[in-house]
Amino acid sequence: MKPPRFEYAAPGSVDEAIEILRDAPEESTLLAGGQSLVPLLNMRMAQPRVVIDLNRVSGLDAVERTPDGRIRLGAMVRQRRLETDPVVRDELPLIAEAARHIAHVPIRTRGTVGGSLAHADPAAELPATVAALGGRLLVRGPNGDRAVPATEFFVGALTTAIEPGELLTAIEIEPPREGAGWAFGEVARTHGAFALAGAAAVLQVGDAGQIASARLALLGVGSAPYVPEWLEEMAVGEAPDEPLFRRIGARVVDEIAPLDDIHASADYRRRVAAVLTARALRDAANRSNGRGSG
Amino acid sequence: MSPRVSMVVNGRGVEADVEPRRLLADFLREDVHLYGTHLGCEHGVCGACTVLVDGEPVRSCLMLAVQADGGEVTTVEGLSRDGGLHPLQEAFHEHHALQCGFCTPGFLLTSLYLLRERPDLDDEGEIRAALSGNLCRCTGYQNIVDAVRDAAARMRQDSPTTKG
Repeated sequence: MKPPRFEYAAPGSVDEAIEILRDAPEESTLLAGGQSLVPLLNMRMAQPRVVIDLNRVSGLDAVERTPDGRIRLGAMVRQRRLETDPVVRDELPLIAEAARHIAHVPIRTRGTVGGSLAHADPAAELPATVAALGGRLLVRGPNGDRAVPATEFFVGALTTAIEPGELLTAIEIEPPREGAGWAFGEVARTHGAFALAGAAAVLQVGDAGQIASARLALLGVGSAPYVPEWLEEMAVGEAPDEPLFRRIGARVVDEIAPLDDIHASADYRRRVAAVLTARALRDAANRSNGRGSG
Repeated sequence: MSPRVSMVVNGRGVEADVEPRRLLADFLREDVHLYGTHLGCEHGVCGACTVLVDGEPVRSCLMLAVQADGGEVTTVEGLSRDGGLHPLQEAFHEHHALQCGFCTPGFLLTSLYLLRERPDLDDEGEIRAALSGNLCRCTGYQNIVDAVRDAAARMRQDSPTTKG
């Protein structure tokens, strides 16, 4: 099918976009890379009165270091660039690796960082990865800017903390400490298909050989990325070995509530989540070069 | 309201008034009358409509024509040179990498980008991964992979100095 009729606006600045959004916050849709929105338009599952295209907005496609040492990714940075940009590859290799798993190259050339995060598909790679990295999302509205931690940003399936009238402008991520390991893994029917489940981990092994810090987020196992808040309590000070990673996997399984759908049963997703959890933590531990204060 | 859209398609400037909801794929077919860009699924899964916009592969069913305003588009019609087949087209022809031909334009443009990025490409697994976003329902992929591998070798031979 073809998209329904809509009014089209292509503002040149964020403030102009917010101005247009203010007129009809509930009837307007923001168009970033269009790789989720345009299918919804084509199938007429979305019928917005106004489409506000962000592709001509200046200043949203930068990758930069902030004065306080974070990496800021503009909302319109293309997913393809996450794989190739030297700053992302050096400072946030977990993001570069996760990006490789997003659909296919001809999707990633258009798809954006902000679009994926704001769309908040439960099977998407970037929301869980940004959650694992403890990133924060910068949202601008008529009343100015606010920063939302990733753990509070993803409210549910296709639902975020962005209020009507606001838009996501960038994300900021503090690079993991030097020597921290990272890993991303997912299970999908074929490369590029929607993930049945996935896991992103950042883990640091201290000089004494024990875990100094650990963060984990899973995708596809609930309506929003699942971040086990108890992980550090269970892992820090312990040896990074297989029995520990399996115990963590078992506890994750106890706490998630994946859905049955045509792609996989909830039970299968639970089993995959346990395996991917242990695998991501193990791979991250193997990549860690120590220097943590454990 | 039908905004005026202008872009360069296969080296030729084109201009038309289009509704904002006009997909780039439909613009190419209905307004520019280039029917080589095929529409399969219209939601980004099958890859048949893949074209290059400013040198990068995109799903033309997931992009509005107004978004390509001022851009440069390459479709399958832009591949042949001086009336002859492009090395990719030659290789597809010789390896029987197409049967009904519906998916072929998307495979050719995805491959063109791939071999421009990776002229040294020879690994079958990498070629398969790179083509995984294009669906073929009759040839069975093996001949397509063979063709792309062979085309890479032909293109290296054509321009040995541009390697890397």
